[in-house]
Amino acid sequence: MRLTLFVPCYADTLAPSAAIATVTVLERLGHEVVYPEDQTCCGQVHANSGYLREALPLAARFLEIFAAAELVVAPSASCVGTVRHLYPRLFRRVGNRELAERAEELGGRVLELSEALTGPLGVEDVGAYFPHRVTYHPTCHSLRALRVGAGPLRLLEAVQGLELVPLPRAEECCGFGGTFAVKNAETSAVMLADKVAAIEGTGAERCIAVDGSCLLQIGGGLARSGSGVEALHLAEVLAGEHGA
Amino acid sequence: MTPIRPFPESAREELAKPQLRANLARATGTIRAKRRVVVEEMPDWEELREAGRAIKARTLASLDEHLLVLERAVESAGGKVWWARDAAEANEAVAQIARSHGVGEIVKVKSLTTDELGLNDYLAGQGIEAVETDLAELILQLDGDWSSHILVPALHRNRHEIGELFRRTIEPEVGDEPAALAEAARIYLRKKFLAAGMGVSGANFLVAETGTAVVVESEGNGRMCTTLPPVLVTVAGIEKVLPRWQDLEVFLQLLPRSSTGERMNPYTSLWSGTRAGEGPQEFHLVLVDNGRTRVLADDVGRGALACIRCSACLNVCPVYERTGGHAYGSIYPGPIGAILTPQLLGIENAPTLPYASSLCGACYEVCPVKIDIPDILVHLRGRAVEAGLEPVSERVAMRGLARTFASRRSYESAQRLGRAALRLPPWARVGPLRSWSRARDLRLQPRTFRGWWRSR
Repeated sequence: MRLTLFVPCYADTLAPSAAIATVTVLERLGHEVVYPEDQTCCGQVHANSGYLREALPLAARFLEIFAAAELVVAPSASCVGTVRHLYPRLFRRVGNRELAERAEELGGRVLELSEALTGPLGVEDVGAYFPHRVTYHPTCHSLRALRVGAGPLRLLEAVQGLELVPLPRAEECCGFGGTFAVKNAETSAVMLADKVAAIEGTGAERCIAVDGSCLLQIGGGLARSGSGVEALHLAEVLAGEHGA
Repeated sequence: MTPIRPFPESAREELAKPQLRANLARATGTIRAKRRVVVEEMPDWEELREAGRAIKARTLASLDEHLLVLERAVESAGGKVWWARDAAEANEAVAQIARSHGVGEIVKVKSLTTDELGLNDYLAGQGIEAVETDLAELILQLDGDWSSHILVPALHRNRHEIGELFRRTIEPEVGDEPAALAEAARIYLRKKFLAAGMGVSGANFLVAETGTAVVVESEGNGRMCTTLPPVLVTVAGIEKVLPRWQDLEVFLQLLPRSSTGERMNPYTSLWSGTRAGEGPQEFHLVLVDNGRTRVLADDVGRGALACIRCSACLNVCPVYERTGGHAYGSIYPGPIGAILTPQLLGIENAPTLPYASSLCGACYEVCPVKIDIPDILVHLRGRAVEAGLEPVSERVAMRGLARTFASRRSYESAQRLGRAALRLPPWARVGPLRSWSRARDLRLQPRTFRGWWRSR
């Protein structure tokens, strides 16, 4: 299948390994991956911070760039949620029905990686090998906006060599929340400290999630605490191979 | 209207109290677990939530008509209805009723709305003593403290603090055991119930077609307040109205399970007007606007008026659990407070509250009337930005960023610049990057994704 890659701006700029791993996994499964280089940012940070006027042109731009795609795949639940849920709402709020409908139509074809794999691509065992003990943090947007359910866990369970340990209070936010981490940095840091302690308490070597933004937060906290646990995107686990 | 203190500032203060945080985590954790059990056992919970949402939405859409039906029903049952545009009018109505009966002592129950109005202080200024009869409200009143949780107002206090307070105020001999503390309060309050010339209550619901006020409670003090004194005044927001008696079927299931985690609350009192020779011989209903019609005029923000004050959203909120209720600067704390307070007071008086959330969505998931709190938070952020209430530096940055993202060329050159800035040592970082780096590291990977893509 021909898959169009949507790489969030922060992932492209700061932490490309998740997107690179996404390409690896999808190509290994025999799909063709295209990456429209005109893409920049979906506008989530603007939309969620109240900058509607700034977010709308970015949303319209996104609809243009991805209009022709059969299926769009992104290694980020929150950016997919922005396209699928926020875009139609934003356009409707400013009375633009045409773009709202286009956003709704495209939204159904924009999938987070685990949704794409376990949904239209119909695969749970992607042939990965990852000999580590891991725990999984369900990010808020994957859990409550996209409702990806057990998809990521099923993908992880099918990985050879991997041991999955449960994370206590897994469904609690890591404290990232976009500008929240900056505007309410102290509260965010306390939430992060509790998340880091929960992760470290599991004895896992890696904490896995499907949102690079939360992983920047969690990974930043883990690195600061010095425990040696790494934060990794699901794609990076699924890209793991024997001898890699 | 006095602006509330910025949330990040008050939060910083509250976060520095380790005992408070331990109390909060324990208390919210306990209620969360109880709620989960009694919600998960309901096969039709989602249908009930949807029914609750729909009834509230439909009622709010023609609120004026339902209120007039309510007024007629209350008056034909022998009650009197007062309309109060704001806190001043509501408080004066209550004081006027008290004065007309020469009442010097009032007992109170379900005081959230009257706390919003500042009724007790107003009455005190008129020489009228109002005694709170909910145990937690009494504790706060005796100590001159204020509520930090809608359902458990003294959540931030432990029993040793309460024991010390009681010995100082109502019973010098009492110990710290919960049963002894409750008994001391009971003895103290019993005298107040019998002496009071007037009871003042809030209401969980007002049924329009029958003119009925409903109070749901756990301690029995509500029943005392609404039956013992000869005069009863109920003060309630106009959004509390339900059109039909039958609607209670939905809400009396949703409320106790969502708030205390009980299948049914111990006491549900319902009364319509007065009855000769039984209970209060005079009933007054004060219907309060105090900013609510302004909330109603906002087609997104009005969702907040559906709230039935269960506090489920507080108990699941990861922000509330860390900061506690006082950080929200209002008697409506937590996620519901973050969308209600800025609307009731005006966004210019509470612009930081809509940002006091990571938008994790846990509140929406548990709300028994399906208020889309994250959506309303984002909407109110938009209103704050429109009103120019956000820092100029942020506005400039957001606009600059939007321009950068408008084309591939500007985006790619900004990527190069941005990555260079991130290579600065932590001490040289400024702005958002500096606050980020206080608690977290940032590890930059050697190249961008598009750099990698092109090089393959």
